[in-house]
Amino acid sequence: MTDTTAAAPHHSWFHRNRKTITPWLFLLPGILFFSVYVVYPIIQSINLSFYKWDGLGEAEYVGTANYERLVSDRAFTVSLFNNMKWLLLYLLAIPAGLFIALFLNQTVRGIRIYKSLFFFPFVISQVVVGLVFTWFYDPNFGLLNGILGAVGLGPINVLGDPALATYGIIAAGLWPQTAYCMILYLTGLNAVDPEQIEAARLDGAKGWRMLWHIIIPQLKPATFIAFVVTIIGALRSFDLISIMTNGGPFGSTRVLSFYMFEKALSEYGFRMGYGAAIAVVLFFIMLFFIAYFLWSMYQDEKGR
Amino acid sequence: MFPTPLERTSRSWQIGYQSLLPVAVIAWLLPLLAVAMFSVKPSSDFTGGDYWSWPSRFAGFENYGRVFTDSPMPRYILNSFMITIPTVIGAVALSCMTGFALGVYRFRFNLLVFFLFIAGNFVPFQILMIPVRDLTIDAGLYNTKLGLVLFHIAFQTGFCTLFMRNFIRALPFELIEAARVEGITEFQIFWHIVLPLMKPAIAALSVLIFTFIWNDYFWAVVLTQGPQAQPVTAGITSFNAQFGVAYHMLSAGSIVAALPPVLMFFLMQRHFIAGLTLGAVK
Repeated sequence: MTDTTAAAPHHSWFHRNRKTITPWLFLLPGILFFSVYVVYPIIQSINLSFYKWDGLGEAEYVGTANYERLVSDRAFTVSLFNNMKWLLLYLLAIPAGLFIALFLNQTVRGIRIYKSLFFFPFVISQVVVGLVFTWFYDPNFGLLNGILGAVGLGPINVLGDPALATYGIIAAGLWPQTAYCMILYLTGLNAVDPEQIEAARLDGAKGWRMLWHIIIPQLKPATFIAFVVTIIGALRSFDLISIMTNGGPFGSTRVLSFYMFEKALSEYGFRMGYGAAIAVVLFFIMLFFIAYFLWSMYQDEKGR
Repeated sequence: MFPTPLERTSRSWQIGYQSLLPVAVIAWLLPLLAVAMFSVKPSSDFTGGDYWSWPSRFAGFENYGRVFTDSPMPRYILNSFMITIPTVIGAVALSCMTGFALGVYRFRFNLLVFFLFIAGNFVPFQILMIPVRDLTIDAGLYNTKLGLVLFHIAFQTGFCTLFMRNFIRALPFELIEAARVEGITEFQIFWHIVLPLMKPAIAALSVLIFTFIWNDYFWAVVLTQGPQAQPVTAGITSFNAQFGVAYHMLSAGSIVAALPPVLMFFLMQRHFIAGLTLGAVK
């Protein structure tokens, strides 16, 4: 009995404040992990970008020298330009995904299997997608040149040509990304209000007009998510480049994420500070989009 | 329904559509079908420079058999499982808790913490690379599966929290209110009321995270090397180096490496798609 009386004030304090304390107790492990592995490393990387460091010895403070060097580094400019190509062309996954979703949005026999098979590329790792497309493009035995040859064209060496290689890799990336957008739109189309469609049909709307004025506005949440995942996917591109060309030919397929990795962990010695500076540039490009995403989500939260 | 349901269209379009479907699917999966065909060709087909004819005989068993007997592939696959499964458990467990805290309680900084998790989930990996690698080396976890698992759990918590919080927000809040009136403790509310309702979210998130982590390549390259700890995505490159231009083996190896998430997808399709498309409908 003495035990309970001793514990009573403590218990009541906890009890009174339980709604304030409980959420923080539940958040604690998650926040701890996330701070150590995500939040703090971002700060460390930004800090490191002002140093020269080989990963072993003492880091030497160099101010903004790393950033100044970036401006005149041709490999950096090429990477940045390639990132822009990725961003713009990757967005094609959204209309392409919508197109396939519209094509598959029927209720015929076996349609579920077809939907799964179209979605299939998204489940495969990018490493395997990269290998599959490397062979697809192969100048000697690749299926692409087989097809081109059959219609009297080619042969072309997509990944060996600096002018084509980046587009070849982006095409490979669009394959799973289109599948992802397709599944988002299939779900969205499922939830489109049938009464509105019937009403519009009675008003004589069909085809493109129906799609543009009635369907696409209702697909807005799906479009937003498709946009978010596609932008992130474009800026994260690394696996495909690493597998398909390893940055070549002549560094023509590098993007910032790949170039950073190359600089920081290359066999020619680790240039951590310079790598960190590249990462910071990429981070701020991403931050621009993250801010937009969060702002949209905030508007949404307020609206509830 | 849009487009116009097939039964309301002309007979000729119905037939056209039905025959277009298989053609479209074959065209869509063509690069993959080519690899699948390569993987069952005998090596003699390739030495003759004969890439594109039908396999002269079915050599699937020996090719796939060799993937498992003549290479460290089984080791890589096992590593992948030993990295992926603990990550799924850890990330789901952590995010059940964070999602519960952010979904059920109204407190200052709620939205701020939530947005921090979302923002962190979107950052480029490269901004984390050097510090995370250093941290892993300092902790003596470089080239261990645990090193990868800890990072993956931490990073996936961002996405998982977004997922779980939004799922919990959609649950009927009256249930929790009623439980509070009954005098049930907050922890019991979590354990006995909210957690059972989260089962579909846990299932969906588990299959998603399984696929994401299985397919990770970047962190595998940054934090591990060699067959001791490397997962199959990173191992496949050394597998390819081992077999050089033996395309039947390379193809079989790739298919083996890709298979577990594919099986997961086909077995748990409903959960998988429910997870991926959360938020695509309001």
